[in-house]
Amino acid sequence: MTAPAPGFRPSVAVFKFASCDGCQLSLLDCEDELLSLAGAVSIAHFAEMSRATIEGPYDLTFVEGSITTSADAERLQLVRATSTTLVSIGACATAGGIQALRNFADIGDYVAAVYARPEYIKTLATATPIADHVKVDFELRGCPIDRHQLLEVITAALAGRRPVIPTHSVCAECKLRGTTCLLVGRGVPCLGPVTQAGCGALCPAIGRGCYGCFGPAEATNTGALADRLLEVGMDPADLSRWFRTFNAGAPAFAKESLRHDPQRQR
Amino acid sequence: MTHSASVSERLLQVSDLARVEGEGSLRVVVRGGTVQEAALNIFEPPRVVEALLRGRRHDEAPDITARVCGICPVAYQMSACAAVEQACGVVVSDPITALRRLLYCGEWIQSHALHIYLLHAPDFLGCQDAVGLAALDPNAVERGLRIKRTGNLLMETVGGRAIHPVNVRVGGFHRAPTTAEIQALRRPLQVALEDAAATVEWVSRFDIPDLEADYLFVALLGDQQYPIEAGRVGSSAGLDVSPEEFEPMVIEEHEQRSTALHARLRGRDRYLTGPMARYALNRERLPEEVRRAAEAAGLAAVCCNPFQSIVVRAVELMYACGEALRLVDSYQPPSPPADPVPGRAGSGTGATEAPRGLLLHHYELDDTGLIRVARLVPPTSQNQLAIEADLRQVVQAGLELSDADLTWRCEQTVRNYDPCISCAAHFLDVTVERQR
Repeated sequence: MTAPAPGFRPSVAVFKFASCDGCQLSLLDCEDELLSLAGAVSIAHFAEMSRATIEGPYDLTFVEGSITTSADAERLQLVRATSTTLVSIGACATAGGIQALRNFADIGDYVAAVYARPEYIKTLATATPIADHVKVDFELRGCPIDRHQLLEVITAALAGRRPVIPTHSVCAECKLRGTTCLLVGRGVPCLGPVTQAGCGALCPAIGRGCYGCFGPAEATNTGALADRLLEVGMDPADLSRWFRTFNAGAPAFAKESLRHDPQRQR
Repeated sequence: MTHSASVSERLLQVSDLARVEGEGSLRVVVRGGTVQEAALNIFEPPRVVEALLRGRRHDEAPDITARVCGICPVAYQMSACAAVEQACGVVVSDPITALRRLLYCGEWIQSHALHIYLLHAPDFLGCQDAVGLAALDPNAVERGLRIKRTGNLLMETVGGRAIHPVNVRVGGFHRAPTTAEIQALRRPLQVALEDAAATVEWVSRFDIPDLEADYLFVALLGDQQYPIEAGRVGSSAGLDVSPEEFEPMVIEEHEQRSTALHARLRGRDRYLTGPMARYALNRERLPEEVRRAAEAAGLAAVCCNPFQSIVVRAVELMYACGEALRLVDSYQPPSPPADPVPGRAGSGTGATEAPRGLLLHHYELDDTGLIRVARLVPPTSQNQLAIEADLRQVVQAGLELSDADLTWRCEQTVRNYDPCISCAAHFLDVTVERQR
């Protein structure tokens, strides 16, 4: 990115694929900044917020959700073609989301369990992240994303620099908060050592082990953590499911969950 | 929006129905001056959450189902907890129930303020969005954002996070907030209560389209209080049953045009859930000052004009702020913060009032506590047939409007229900076809 001209008011678009809307809600949750933000950028396409849309191309596009239908895969290509910078936001867009649990099962069984007329449902066998389909300029993690990190991404785009988003683990955030390590101190199972920071280490601060909303940290040793979780008494049957939630499709978590999957060990 | 016209038909198309949570399309066909068809098509990509819950442990349901909807995650967590606890034969302590109700008030405040100010009010004032509204009436939008911020603050204080709260667990909470943390909510809630009273007065001055519809209202019946986190299920036709008796009465149909199922009562009757239904069945459970505000805003004891739902929603916003204050003042930190809920074979049904309507969860657990069967019935699938019926009436009554105005009126009609289409399965695309 290069520094923009003074007075530059980039056009911002938000597009949604399979998701819960929570990450784009994070933008509306910037109550203190929303109106000044709407002055600093041109909100050109944001269906959750406005019925007015401006045709692309867009300077900065946020994409929420994962790709679960062939129609969405085609729509994403159009979104990419009309966007200068594309940022995928949230666990669905960066790892497939909770719906990527289908990647470990038979989608036919899943659809038949929910719909009386499975033949009406057109869906892919997998839920996949945006980067599997198009070039992504930046991935913002979280289930949901953190709104301060979102504002940092927008601020960076306005300034024409890379966003400053840490890729280290949640452990560093616990240290910063002064939270005593749950795993070391009390033997509470925690995914913090292998999960990317960004939430502010919310769960350990309330005595709950991290459950991995922000996906794998940059350099992780999930195998070593899994061994440690077994040592503190986690039921081996639970271990696979621990790595298999909102970021189940992220390679590091997918691999570790498969290693402990009782279905695959027979 | 595209517009094509010929001698025999007129076609209006809007490529996204905006200011809703989700994706769907709307198709209206008018022939010879009569509405032939009004169909709300939902093509939110299916996420098959009910299927992926199978084989998960009973205590994982609240966090997984929260991800169905980023706008009302607390509703999903609360219905899931209620269903799982019933399946496991556990009744949680009163302080835990009170803290859950306080958290839920936060979601009502956040969601109702979002819908009234950012999503719905722009329709009544001829604005495309809240940014346009802010140019027209900056004080109003700032008031709305202030209320919304307090709702989020309440969810962060009790739930640990505003979207997908982290502090909720089956049996209660991971940590009970301290009395000082809860007391700190007092001042912002007092301001929110004043702002909410001003909201009731503000929306009552809107130019509200006339429409009288015939609804079968379905809502929880509060015991003493206005229903939020628990209650029996009642209707305007005299139904009064437990959630587990109600669940099998809801028959969901699956049509080709939709990835959302739509519900009928006993396979026959279309019905309506949400603020208008709650108000119609529970008005006497509102405190005196809230009822007075509702009366002053021109609400009758039963409101049957869907365009007035914004007034009912504002009345509920006022109620939620006052109720949250009451719960703050009587707060006792639950000790322990969660009651134990060991998994066991059984089945349970949870019904709570999401901001946009009744949300049912039903689970069957195996003897190790793993989920065998899950069923989620979100408010928007229950309301879909009522929304379509409203649309037929709105189009029939508005045939003299221009295509652009009629399309906007249809969008507004859908937004009357604060539909969360991501939870019903989402992209609203409006097509009005006029054939002569």
